[in-house]
Amino acid sequence: MIRSLMLSVFLFAVSSMSMAGVSAFNMRKGVTDTSHQVYNLHMIIFLVCCLIAVVVFGFMFWALLKHRKSKGAKAANFHESTKIEILWTIAPILILVLMAIPATKVLISMEDNSEAQMTIMVTGSQWKWHYRYIEDDISFYSLLKTSDDEIDNKVEKQEHYLLDVDKPLVIPIHTKIKFLLTSDDVIHSWWVPDFSLKKDAVPGFINEIWTNVNDAGTYRGQCAELCGVAHGFMPIVVVALEQDEYKTWLADQLKQKAILIEKEKQSVGETLSLEQLMAIGEQVYVERCAACHQADGKGMSGIFPALAGSKIANVAGDYKTHIDIVLNGKSGTAMQAFKNQLSLVELAGVITYERNAFGNTTGDVIQAEVIQLILNPVQQDSQSSVQSTDQMPEQSKEGVKQ
Amino acid sequence: MNQHTSIKAATGWRRWVYTTNHKDIGTLYLWFSLIMFFTGGLMAMIIRAELFQPGLQLVEPNFFNQMTTVHGLIMVFGAVMPAFTGLANWMVPLMIGAPDMALPRMNNWSFWILPFAFLILLSSLFMPGGGPNFGWTFYAPLSTTYSNDNTAFFVFAIHIMGISSIMGAINVIVTITNMRAPGMTWMKLPMFVWTMLITAFLLIMVMPVLAGTVTMVLTDKYFGTSFFDASGGGDPVMFQHLFWFFGHPEVYIMILPAFGIISTIIPTFSRKKLFGYHSMVYATVSIAFLSFIVWAHHMFTTGMPLAGELFFMYSTMIISVPTGVKVFNWIATLWRGSITFEVPMLFALAFIVLFTIGGMSGLMLAITPADFQYHDTYFVVAHFHYVLVTGAVFSIMAATYYWIPKWTGNMFHEGLAKTHFWLSLVSVNILFFPMHFVGLAGMPRRIPDYALQFADFNALISIGGFAFGLSQILFVVVIVKCIRGGKKAKANVWEDAEGLEWEVPSPAPLHTFSTAPTIK
Ligand SMILES: [Cu+2]
Repeated sequence: MIRSLMLSVFLFAVSSMSMAGVSAFNMRKGVTDTSHQVYNLHMIIFLVCCLIAVVVFGFMFWALLKHRKSKGAKAANFHESTKIEILWTIAPILILVLMAIPATKVLISMEDNSEAQMTIMVTGSQWKWHYRYIEDDISFYSLLKTSDDEIDNKVEKQEHYLLDVDKPLVIPIHTKIKFLLTSDDVIHSWWVPDFSLKKDAVPGFINEIWTNVNDAGTYRGQCAELCGVAHGFMPIVVVALEQDEYKTWLADQLKQKAILIEKEKQSVGETLSLEQLMAIGEQVYVERCAACHQADGKGMSGIFPALAGSKIANVAGDYKTHIDIVLNGKSGTAMQAFKNQLSLVELAGVITYERNAFGNTTGDVIQAEVIQLILNPVQQDSQSSVQSTDQMPEQSKEGVKQ
Repeated sequence: MNQHTSIKAATGWRRWVYTTNHKDIGTLYLWFSLIMFFTGGLMAMIIRAELFQPGLQLVEPNFFNQMTTVHGLIMVFGAVMPAFTGLANWMVPLMIGAPDMALPRMNNWSFWILPFAFLILLSSLFMPGGGPNFGWTFYAPLSTTYSNDNTAFFVFAIHIMGISSIMGAINVIVTITNMRAPGMTWMKLPMFVWTMLITAFLLIMVMPVLAGTVTMVLTDKYFGTSFFDASGGGDPVMFQHLFWFFGHPEVYIMILPAFGIISTIIPTFSRKKLFGYHSMVYATVSIAFLSFIVWAHHMFTTGMPLAGELFFMYSTMIISVPTGVKVFNWIATLWRGSITFEVPMLFALAFIVLFTIGGMSGLMLAITPADFQYHDTYFVVAHFHYVLVTGAVFSIMAATYYWIPKWTGNMFHEGLAKTHFWLSLVSVNILFFPMHFVGLAGMPRRIPDYALQFADFNALISIGGFAFGLSQILFVVVIVKCIRGGKKAKANVWEDAEGLEWEVPSPAPLHTFSTAPTIK
């Protein structure tokens, strides 16, 4: 027993040393100065523990081998020794002090958030991450890309199973980046092992962390704090680019943002057919709503209400409450506000879909314009009048929908 | 005494429901603990079956979360704690020469509310919406705003468990302070009695905090308060401070009695007095004290000021000093002893090695910068299972094998018991050791599905898990066989054991020490 144990401890040590970088056994070294320091700290404590274990278990197994009754051992009589007891109280304290010094140094540097060159706001919500580049005013959601079929073992799992997102966070290397963490609902935890960064995203509070990445590459992590049903399905992917590549990426993002705003304006004027809206809506529903309300719209009793046959989604013509809940969420429940997460057409589509799928038969066709009117009545009524811009409600914060 | 005579008349189920006898109540606690150990174990099997391969095969993520939550709650509150209370009930009066516990009626009550607490908790699994799914740590607001409608059942179950624990603790404290046989001074108290006494004080201090915390969860969820809701002026992180102010001493509630058991068994089979009895007592007291000032080491990632992180790092590191003293004392007890390897000794020796491994990963977790990487990964799962399974649970098994001849009057089947030990030892390490690796490699805990690079280790872990689970059936077989019969046990079962419990016949008669023995 003991031997196999010691052997596995030994193997652990060897494997972790021979497989520096990313290992199946050990903590990774990562790609920041901090992560290197943390890795070294981890290895030092680990080896100190191994040494202590060898000494302590050495004495123990010596006794177990040599001082057996079957070998004729007679029990000695001692049962106290002030000298040795003081010794083995003081010695560990000294070892601990030696461990605490480097640990304190690393910790102090990790907590130094000053002089950041750029700031990114990271917001967790069930079950996705939202990134906002404070200085450049771009923002987007980052969602799991792995398909349900992969998770349900219907198709083969891809290389980055559960660790792939539709839109990764992109950052430049050799730049001190400050992250502001918060949450829209429950506590999440933003963790990128290669940066040695893990901090909770707490609703109503903002936590600060920073990083400065040395090597370009793609780095993957996961939400680390239990946050509900799909806790295992909200990965983090960070792409670190060379600085000039990052600038190109940023310019491209700003261009795309302008195009999107233009599209939204057009969509308000368009009228789509029920079929078109249902098709758009179904896709949105599967990606964003089905995790809770289920693909068949029946929800989960006691946790997530059913949409099929519900008062809110299945009374023809009475769609105001339905739209309001989708746009603004429902306080005191897990239902989030989607007005900043989806485009006008997507909102129109998903609400239309919910009112006409799962056996719901309202026949209601909600157009993007209706959503726009509810979101921003003042702006719509008086587009020509200049004064009214003062009264514009604060809703026009998020880029996507204007 | 006439109270006892009337009880003796009760037979059948009445004997067990009406009993105020410490031995009967101890037996009830131990059986209850065993049933809960298998219930929680079954849930662990479901968890490991789902995690055997990547992808979702057997259960929905929501049910998976219920399994991890209820597994934790049952093992902590249903298996480990009642087992120690049961052992205390049986052994404390025997060890201090008292006729019974000080408050026998309360003793009955504190046991009999326990099954109802767990019925309430388990029944919620079968209600629409399901049972608690927010982890045994029930962090707000996941457990308040975002939990299912059955959360009240969870809250009331915890309240009842808390009341039961507090009553049990009061009984232990009153018994030990007032009912020691003449001549049994504090510094002659057996180590197990010392550790139970200190554990009881910990319980009395922290269970009310837990009760207050669950009550705040209840009012936040159902009555519109905002203790843990920032939008109403509350703070979700305050929940964690309250929870871990209970939770960290709770860890020691589950390990101090184990220290007491090991300190009893090692001297018996080394045929030598416990080394450093005084320092053992002081170490236990200092661990208990320190356990109150380290709680936020569970919360390094919540965003604490630097000074807070440093304080909790240092205080946590210091705990390893008295814990180390304990381990050194055990080894010094073994040193130049005359050692034999009976089954209780095998479990005790395994405890020393494996608990030390758990203690060392605990020391690693105390180092704040490294904890940022370890926190909420399988490394933590490995750590606390080494401390609680190969620590607390192994000590309970050691205690069972050590005292069961005294309880039943029969020796257990040694071959089967040894098989149980070796199977458990091998499988438990296959189960928990690789968790260190997957944790360090980056697998978060509490996920129903994982990335492909963790697949091999998870399959191995699951195999270890099934093997460990199945091995425990042998434990029940040995116990049942031992109750039914076997070689008759002497009064002093293990020739060189010391203590008053070995002076009464085996099986210990229903009433012992009606006249107090005198201690030289
Ligand atoms: Cu999360």
